[in-house]
Amino acid sequence: MVLDVQKLTMDFGGLRAVDHVDLHIKHGEIVALIGPNGAGKTTFFNCVTGMYKPTGGEIGAGRPEAEIQSIKGLRPHLITKHGLARTFQNIRLFPEMTVLENVMLGRDCRLTSGILGAIFRNPRTRAEEEQVVKDSLVILHKIGLENWANEAAMNLPYGAQRRLEIARALATEPFLLLLDEPAAGMNPHETRQLVELIRRLRDEENLSIFLIEHDMSLVMNLSERIYVMDYGKLIASGKPEDVKKDPVVIKAYLGEDVSA
Amino acid sequence: MTQRLNELRRSLLVSLWFMLLTFPIMVIRVNTITGTVRWRWTNLAVIGIGSFFISVVWRYAMQRKAGEAQAVGILSRVGERVGAGTKKIGAVLDIPKVRTRLVGGLLAAAVAYPFLNSMYHTNIMITALTYVVLGLGLNIIIGLGGMLHIGYAAFYAIGAYSYALLNMYFGINFWLALPIGAALAGLFSLLIGLPQLFGIDMRLQQTTVFVYFIMLAVVILTIFVVHRLENSRIGRQWVAMKEDYIACQAMGVSIAKAKLTALGIGAIWGGLVGVIFAARTTFINPASFTVWESVIILSTVVLGGMGSIPGVFVGALVLMLLPEYLRPFAQYRMLIFGALLVTMMVFRPSGFIKKRRKAYTITEAERQSVIKAELEDDGEVEE
Repeated sequence: MVLDVQKLTMDFGGLRAVDHVDLHIKHGEIVALIGPNGAGKTTFFNCVTGMYKPTGGEIGAGRPEAEIQSIKGLRPHLITKHGLARTFQNIRLFPEMTVLENVMLGRDCRLTSGILGAIFRNPRTRAEEEQVVKDSLVILHKIGLENWANEAAMNLPYGAQRRLEIARALATEPFLLLLDEPAAGMNPHETRQLVELIRRLRDEENLSIFLIEHDMSLVMNLSERIYVMDYGKLIASGKPEDVKKDPVVIKAYLGEDVSA
Repeated sequence: MTQRLNELRRSLLVSLWFMLLTFPIMVIRVNTITGTVRWRWTNLAVIGIGSFFISVVWRYAMQRKAGEAQAVGILSRVGERVGAGTKKIGAVLDIPKVRTRLVGGLLAAAVAYPFLNSMYHTNIMITALTYVVLGLGLNIIIGLGGMLHIGYAAFYAIGAYSYALLNMYFGINFWLALPIGAALAGLFSLLIGLPQLFGIDMRLQQTTVFVYFIMLAVVILTIFVVHRLENSRIGRQWVAMKEDYIACQAMGVSIAKAKLTALGIGAIWGGLVGVIFAARTTFINPASFTVWESVIILSTVVLGGMGSIPGVFVGALVLMLLPEYLRPFAQYRMLIFGALLVTMMVFRPSGFIKKRRKAYTITEAERQSVIKAELEDDGEVEE
């Protein structure tokens, strides 16, 4: 297991946004969390990635070859360092930095050079900086963005920006990639490419993937297991074909085309 | 047309309001000895016409700024020319040869300065260079670290910060940091005290030249360090932090550490210059480090151009040298200063010299070689 969440609860004042949710992800799985708007999916995500400090429950995570450790309440940068990397629903790139620099920043948490190294530019620092550029280029190549390396991130087409966010997350060397609505705003062609990319990353990069998504076709097509939330509570979980038929889920999604 | 009239009417109101406000101090003068009142009506007229005129110009400029798209006026044309001009200058400066020559020329001029000018001018220049360093130091905090700081003068207190930094970065405890901090401060005061130490009998003139060169060396050192920091891992963190700090921390950067680093490194220069200042004036008291000092330093950064090394340089020189050479207008100094700041904020919010970030770019050859190596690693090369 790479992620084990138990009875996770998050209160905002009197509002319980996430209510005793259990969820786990095994190594190499692609798992989706779905639910109507306001169901608490993003809040759940933000608790796991350290953006919010959960009110109650337990979150454990660890590389497949290592022991699971509690990451509950850790600050975001430490969770990233632990090996969980995320993307954002509304793209959050560094718009004026180049594509290459965006990915280089992702490498940051794996670097060790300090201020004295920066000032004296000793051989170790120089070697590390060269390595960062190389590693970042390799990642861009994998994602198919290397032709844009010198372009400012904000000049990329929308779909490419989404992919750059994934590239940047990959640069942190995660074992679990958390994608917050990765297909939002994409056209069907871009979505198909995204599905391919996610599958390929899982296979080639030894990753597990956890995503929130609204696009039902993508969820049903891509994920191996699905969790469904409504009003902060987990209402169903299981294989896509089972979840699709679940009357509770259909009721929660009433009117929405689950079978699409 | 009606809009123009409207603007004029507003300007008229402004001038009336000003006349009313300044009436008691500008028009009435009571002679307490003779017990008579003098009415200075000409003053009223001057204020009325003056404020009306300024108001009209101001409104016109603001309008131009608002409707930049369809702007054809003189002001905007001048602005365009200046903009295009700075771009051209920027392009010329990017040529390495020109750059080296320019830097060399500036350096030569700087070295020759104390020998070509009187002690008075050298002294003024020392003060100006002091503020260059202070500005550059504060610039690390504001321009690079993205934090507003209005108490920079406090950093003059070198001891406190040498302790804090030694403790933060090297984990050295208070008792050990105490002598090291003192040693650091001492090192610089020694440098200044060198002439006495070796029994060199320098006249005042020579001492001034000596201090000038210390200051020049510190300026060069500051620029060097700032430049290195900008193009490093920490520099990248600072840029990313300013562009999107949530994404930045989600990518594993400790915001607290990055900010503290900027603050700490920025403070060092304050302390450094503080020691030199103290040694030079041989007298300091709390009045040397007032909020006003901080405001001036802040102004050099904002006026010069946040984050831009040449900008801060120019800003500090302008703010420090102008008042000295405009002594005859000393009483209007604050007025000019305020007007300058407001005007700059409206028309050139990024300062005299806008920061041009040097983005990390790779050449096609570099790209090819890395990608090829990667493919060979994977054994995917088929040709």
